[in-house]
Amino acid sequence: MSKVHVTTTVNGDAVEFLADPRETLLDCLRDHVGLTGTKEGCGTGDCGACSVEMEGVLVCSCLVLGVEANGKRVDTIEGMSDGHDLHPLQRKFIEHAALQCGFCTPGFLVAAKALLARSPDPTEEEVRYWLAGNLCRCTGYDKIVRAVMDAAAEMRQEAA
Amino acid sequence: MKPADFRYARPATLDEALTLMAGEGEIAALAGGQSLMPMMNFRIAQPEVLVDLNAVADLAGVTEMDGTVRIGAMTRYSDLARHDVLARLPLVARALPHVAHPSIRNRGTLGGSLALADPAAELPAVALALGAKVHLASTHGTRSVAADDFFQGLYETDRAEDELVTAIDLPAATAQETYGFHEVARRHGDYAMAGVALTRRDDGLRIAFFSVSDRPVRAKAAETVLRDDPTKLDLAIEALDEIDFTGDLNGGPDMKRHLAGVVLRRAWAEVLA
Ligand SMILES: Cc1cc2nc3c(=O)[nH]c(=O)nc-3n(C[C@H](O)[C@H](O)[C@H](O)COP(=O)(O)OP(=O)(O)OC[C@H]3O[C@@H](n4cnc5c(N)ncnc54)[C@H](O)[C@@H]3O)c2cc1C
Ligand code: FES
Ligand code: FES
Repeated sequence: MSKVHVTTTVNGDAVEFLADPRETLLDCLRDHVGLTGTKEGCGTGDCGACSVEMEGVLVCSCLVLGVEANGKRVDTIEGMSDGHDLHPLQRKFIEHAALQCGFCTPGFLVAAKALLARSPDPTEEEVRYWLAGNLCRCTGYDKIVRAVMDAAAEMRQEAA
Repeated sequence: MKPADFRYARPATLDEALTLMAGEGEIAALAGGQSLMPMMNFRIAQPEVLVDLNAVADLAGVTEMDGTVRIGAMTRYSDLARHDVLARLPLVARALPHVAHPSIRNRGTLGGSLALADPAAELPAVALALGAKVHLASTHGTRSVAADDFFQGLYETDRAEDELVTAIDLPAATAQETYGFHEVARRHGDYAMAGVALTRRDDGLRIAFFSVSDRPVRAKAAETVLRDDPTKLDLAIEALDEIDFTGDLNGGPDMKRHLAGVVLRRAWAEVLA
């Protein structure tokens, strides 16, 4: 199978790689770009561990072919903090102990960030509905929801 | 890397896409990939040629003419959810939030949902309840099929293998129209255990169930009962025996029969409200 040359922007950096058309965007990020923060839980769209943004839109990277990212902008968990300064969501996840094994965490953070970008003041219900596509086998979700609500409040204050 | 080997093609026009669809071997169109990619990852689907429709501009877009809304096959759920036209498609607006999760809705397309014809999917039943028309094209030409004739069985439609779904026509809601929608699911965003979509307008009542049989199904006897007397809900629920209920992972035909009554009761309350 001949490989396809893919040119993308990942977390603001121009990135090129050769992809087998069968490789998902998730495979490409992890194996070609070396960004292993994005996780694979299922490969079928059920768990959300592979959440990234493509052209500013939240997607499951396990259900997008790597070649489809050609010419597009991709944002992953690695681009979330500003150097060593953690994003408010990341800090609040630590403060609220919203993670245990941490496998689901990058997906939750990327998905939560996408939520707060379109809805800075979400209700708890909205947070729970929005994050229904992300599975966590450890925390029982409550701490995650509280961390997201708290981060949202802080971000609103900063913006004010 | 999980899928079996395939040749990847990314046509830029509908004509190119149709020529590719008419080729030799097993060919699959790739729309949002939200069903096809999992099937390929499990190797349930092993197309030899994958025709990626994502660059075909002719398949996107929404137009409105003489009370009919035409939605391009590649219109994604979340693009539709944000579109002004949704004000004229209240039943679609009601159903969309029940389709999967935000990330899936950001990729999944209306055309993909219709072409796949999952019996548990919301929009095929909505198309049936609205009396939609499905537009198809191949290198031989174009045609359109009423939703009533389009869904033919479990993941089976009237679409020929070399045809693409290009668009769907939905009637814009009239001022007198009322509608109802209800589904029960284990968790929000999961496929429904049973659901119903219905419209009541001057020219009649259409009730379409999903996730109760091998395809989305009309309940014509129940329609007649409720059209003649809107208070005869119990009789209408009895008349649901006309449906060929089939079980799935959620439960057997008896449970589907029971849930069909439950969702019809709740959706009808919405119509009368
Ligand atoms: C976790 C998860 C939960 C989900 N929950 C729901 C749910 O609750 N309700 C629901 O309805 N769906 C659900 N889905 C499925 C989702 O709606 C899919 O997007 C949809 O079924 C298929 O649309 P697609 O654009 O992704 O099509 P694809 O996956 O790209 O294609 C599906 C099939 O249709 C064919 N096809 C696609 N477009 C065309 C076309 N224009 N012409 C001819 N053939 C075409 C493809 O070849 C393929 O066989 C879920 C999916 C996931 C991963
Ligand atoms: S790995 Fe993509 S949703 Fe689970
Ligand atoms: S912290 Fe372990 S899966 Fe969520």
